[in-house]
Amino acid sequence: MEPLALYIHWPFCAAKCPYCDFNSHVRERVDQARFRAALRRELAFEAERSGRRTLVSIFFGGGTPSLMDPATAAALIADARALFDAAPDIEITLEANPTSVEAATLGAFRDAGVNRASLGVQSLREAPLRFLGRRHDAAQAIAALEIARGLFPRLSFDLIYARPGQQEADWRAELREALALAADHLSLYQLTIEPGTRFATEYARGAFALPDGDDAARLYAATAEEAARFGLAPYEVSNYAKPGAESRHNLQYWRYGDYLGIGPGAHGRLSFGDTLRATRRHRAPEEWLARVERDGHAITGEEALSPADRAREALLMGLRLAEGIDPARIAARSVLPFEAAVDPAMLAACLEEGYVEWTPAGRLRATDEGRLRLDALLPALLR
Amino acid sequence: MTDTPLSQIRNFAIIAHIDHGKSTLADRLIQATGTVAARDMKEQLLDNMELERERGITIKAQTVRLNYRAKDGRDYVFNLMDTPGHVDFAYEVSRSLAACEGSLLVVDASQGVEAQTLANVYQAIEAGHEIVPVLNKIDLPAAEPDRVKQQIEDVVGLDATDAVEISAKTGLNIEGVLEAIATRLPPPTGNPDGALKALLVDSWYDPYLGVVVLVRVKDGHLRKGQRIRMMSNGSVHTIEQVGVFTPKMVPAASLGPGEMGFVTAAIKTVADTNVGDTITDDRAPAREALPGFKPSIPVVWCGLYPVDADDFEKLRESLAKLRLNDASFHYEPETSAALGFGYRCGFLGLLHLEIIQERLSREFDLDLIATAPSVVYKIRKTNGEEIELHNPADMPDGSVIDSIQEPWIKATILVPDDYLGAVLTLCNDRRGQQVELTYVGNRAMAVYRLPLNEVVFDFYDRLKSVSRGYASFDYQMDGYEEGDLVKISILVNAEPVDALSFMAHRSAADRRGRQICEKLKELIPRQLFKIPIQAAIGGRVIARETISALSKDVTAKCYGGDITRKRKLLEKQKEGKKRMRQFGKVEIPQSAFIAALKMDA
Ligand SMILES: Nc1nc2c(ncn2[C@@H]2O[C@H](COP(=O)(O)OP(=O)(O)O)[C@@H](O)[C@H]2O)c(=O)[nH]1
Ligand SMILES: C[S@@+](CC[C@H](N)C(=O)[O-])C[C@H]1O[C@@H](n2cnc3c(N)ncnc32)[C@H](O)[C@@H]1O
Ligand code: SF4
Ligand SMILES: [Mg+2]
Repeated sequence: MEPLALYIHWPFCAAKCPYCDFNSHVRERVDQARFRAALRRELAFEAERSGRRTLVSIFFGGGTPSLMDPATAAALIADARALFDAAPDIEITLEANPTSVEAATLGAFRDAGVNRASLGVQSLREAPLRFLGRRHDAAQAIAALEIARGLFPRLSFDLIYARPGQQEADWRAELREALALAADHLSLYQLTIEPGTRFATEYARGAFALPDGDDAARLYAATAEEAARFGLAPYEVSNYAKPGAESRHNLQYWRYGDYLGIGPGAHGRLSFGDTLRATRRHRAPEEWLARVERDGHAITGEEALSPADRAREALLMGLRLAEGIDPARIAARSVLPFEAAVDPAMLAACLEEGYVEWTPAGRLRATDEGRLRLDALLPALLR
Repeated sequence: MTDTPLSQIRNFAIIAHIDHGKSTLADRLIQATGTVAARDMKEQLLDNMELERERGITIKAQTVRLNYRAKDGRDYVFNLMDTPGHVDFAYEVSRSLAACEGSLLVVDASQGVEAQTLANVYQAIEAGHEIVPVLNKIDLPAAEPDRVKQQIEDVVGLDATDAVEISAKTGLNIEGVLEAIATRLPPPTGNPDGALKALLVDSWYDPYLGVVVLVRVKDGHLRKGQRIRMMSNGSVHTIEQVGVFTPKMVPAASLGPGEMGFVTAAIKTVADTNVGDTITDDRAPAREALPGFKPSIPVVWCGLYPVDADDFEKLRESLAKLRLNDASFHYEPETSAALGFGYRCGFLGLLHLEIIQERLSREFDLDLIATAPSVVYKIRKTNGEEIELHNPADMPDGSVIDSIQEPWIKATILVPDDYLGAVLTLCNDRRGQQVELTYVGNRAMAVYRLPLNEVVFDFYDRLKSVSRGYASFDYQMDGYEEGDLVKISILVNAEPVDALSFMAHRSAADRRGRQICEKLKELIPRQLFKIPIQAAIGGRVIARETISALSKDVTAKCYGGDITRKRKLLEKQKEGKKRMRQFGKVEIPQSAFIAALKMDA
């Protein structure tokens, strides 16, 4: 049986950031005890279905899970360890916002069993932090990083770049400061305008402009260059790590492994023999809570994915990774011959153009040039 | 209600430049004669189709019968003929006019005489009409009735002393128009006892009645049950109903000389009812048809292809349905290496083409790619054979061509002096030959001969833009002439794209080739691979451009476990690709086909 990762969604934030389309909600008060009980019920429900498997990772994501009562994390970690066979090196990550309030509770999360933190620093400059609607300044973020560094064996943080008007030289300088602060992992995202966000409206109105494709490509190249100087390699489109420090949880997604997702709006992929089921849960926190309390879970949709869908998912995730994909693994995960999953003429053209390549180990990977154009490459390549 | 004495019938058309108030006046006349109850009155009663209303043009001829008691105490029947309103339909217009004895010439008193005013007047004169000038919009402060009257006398050559001054909008002096119709227009003539001769003015398809034929009786009678014969093709039908338009269809016992109305006879398609044909009695046929019949011949052709290949069947059905109602439009199946299965369609002109295209998308919900419009070339081969070329892609090899002839038009352009220079430059650039340059008041009137080929590509748009919209334009066909013409092929990624090939005069070939390559470079989005674009005559490349590969296209953000969303996005992208045309590794958006051959951005 495939080993498992477990994703736990905490859907609340102190404020909604204008760029964010994650399932996050602002509530004056949250009944921590009820949510804790409901999350534990969903976990039990999923464990019942999946059966006892090896658990390689737990990830508390959000929203802002650092606003969760640490006792909830403790209970869920204990439950998971009881319901599954935790791998000896199990990774347990908490997403945290670097405000002073949250910095103060990090110790309690460490005590609950969290061994990796991922901080949403977003920028080390004041003006962009304000533009991004963040409720912390750079100094607070750095202070939170220092605290986290003392608490967790593994630590990462997020930055958002390719911001309006951002100059390459300024970004390089900011990134160098970040790399100096970093441990062995960074997520470096380019600002993406998501439909339904406040930024989407403002952007459509022309309130600000983003770097064009050429500029974004230059910033992307500069990012990899700076990261390399500190020994961090882009093992995924926007994730950089020293060898061995990659996020195991996210690798589980990108390698198209099995994962359970609990909490409002969480997604899961779970295989049983030759079938692979996709599940999703109710997104609205209160409705989710009511359903769990009534039914023991808040699944709103579950389907057995078709071989073609599975092949597409496996490829679109796998080609984001520097290691690329193993055709045999794709075929096994999708129960579709690899040759049926990709367009042979396009594959040949992309090989010739140097967008993809075969590694000596027989893996297919997108080259640096290919990964830079992955959104165009995938629909061309996949059938 | 029929068999009105000839002396009390008046058949007339309203002729006007676009927007001078033809439709508004028609509405007022209908209202003033109480033909339509006030509550049923809507703007522009006669413009039936949605498209006609929107564009303010009339595509099908229509009539309405008005009852009017004149100051002389007699009851008149007025048949108002609404003629199609565009040069593309010049022949249809001439047949509508042939059904009348007189015209009201409506001129906007604030604008004066325009190109279409003149063209229409000439046609009315040719039809032997008595013409009553009507000055409209005198309610406008900018109205200059005296100046415009002078213009009508100087330019049009009509006596305008008794021009009727009105405001169709406010209803001012509509009475004056009605009286003028009764007193100044001549009654029709005709022999009630002669063999039936009725002019087929227009026809359209009605899903319940079959084809409705709009007729004007010259001699004899039309009645229910009568077996009628179309003189152009000999087809015979039995009349189910005759009647008049009020403008609703109202049955009548018979229609006699001088009258206008409709006939239905279980006719399945308008292809059987040719505009300009003569309808006669099958048992007692007339010896001669009415003069002036011409079968309609398309002058502009283009390929129409479904964006989604699965829609081909739907396109076929839709074209057949459209043709039920418009016999002047022709279509034949065609295949293109680039676009797949489609139809080559022939039109009376550019507007006609646009109308059909728009109706296909609007009424039949079809997404289409249209290739560049092409005129009909006559090619003489070295072996003496002559062929008509509707599609540049079918052009024979240069070695077997002896000569190529292209159609010319004679265009009349009226333009304020300030823009004359720009207009003359435009005409000269398009290989125009000046025939005449005179002045109409403070405006210049340029008459040019132009190759139609130079006009089908965005000439109207250019004319409008160089004259800031002040130029008016009209044309008529003016024969074929030999020209030094070449076929320009467009190669995308070294593959010829048949749907983009076009004909041009050799002197313009390099420039056109360059412009199109530049245009395509703008229109084809950057893709995974760099794309060379070339224009060539035969094997000789005359222009080239390269579209560089896109530089970055990857979402560099966090997706978490919601792979479904990412997959759906991918599927949407793939769906979007279906709307593009795939050429090996390259995709061409349909906008490129439509815009490619417009010469100016
Ligand atoms: N001020 C004014 N406007 C008029 C008059 N007659 C028509 N119009 C306007 O002129 C425009 C064109 O009229 P329309 O009857 O559609 O012109 P057509 O294109 O000749 O049929 C419309 O906006 C009318 O409302 C008039 O007597 N006075
Ligand atoms: C689940 S989210 C937020 C975690 C946490 N609540 C926070 O804000 O720090 C994970 C990361 O995605 C990135 N992100 C969210 N929306 C983004 C967008 N529209 N464009 C680029 N990156 C985005 C941010 O860097 C964010 O830290
Ligand atoms: S970016 Fe983080 S803090 Fe901001 S709304 Fe989204 S989940 Fe909440
Ligand atoms: Mg009108």
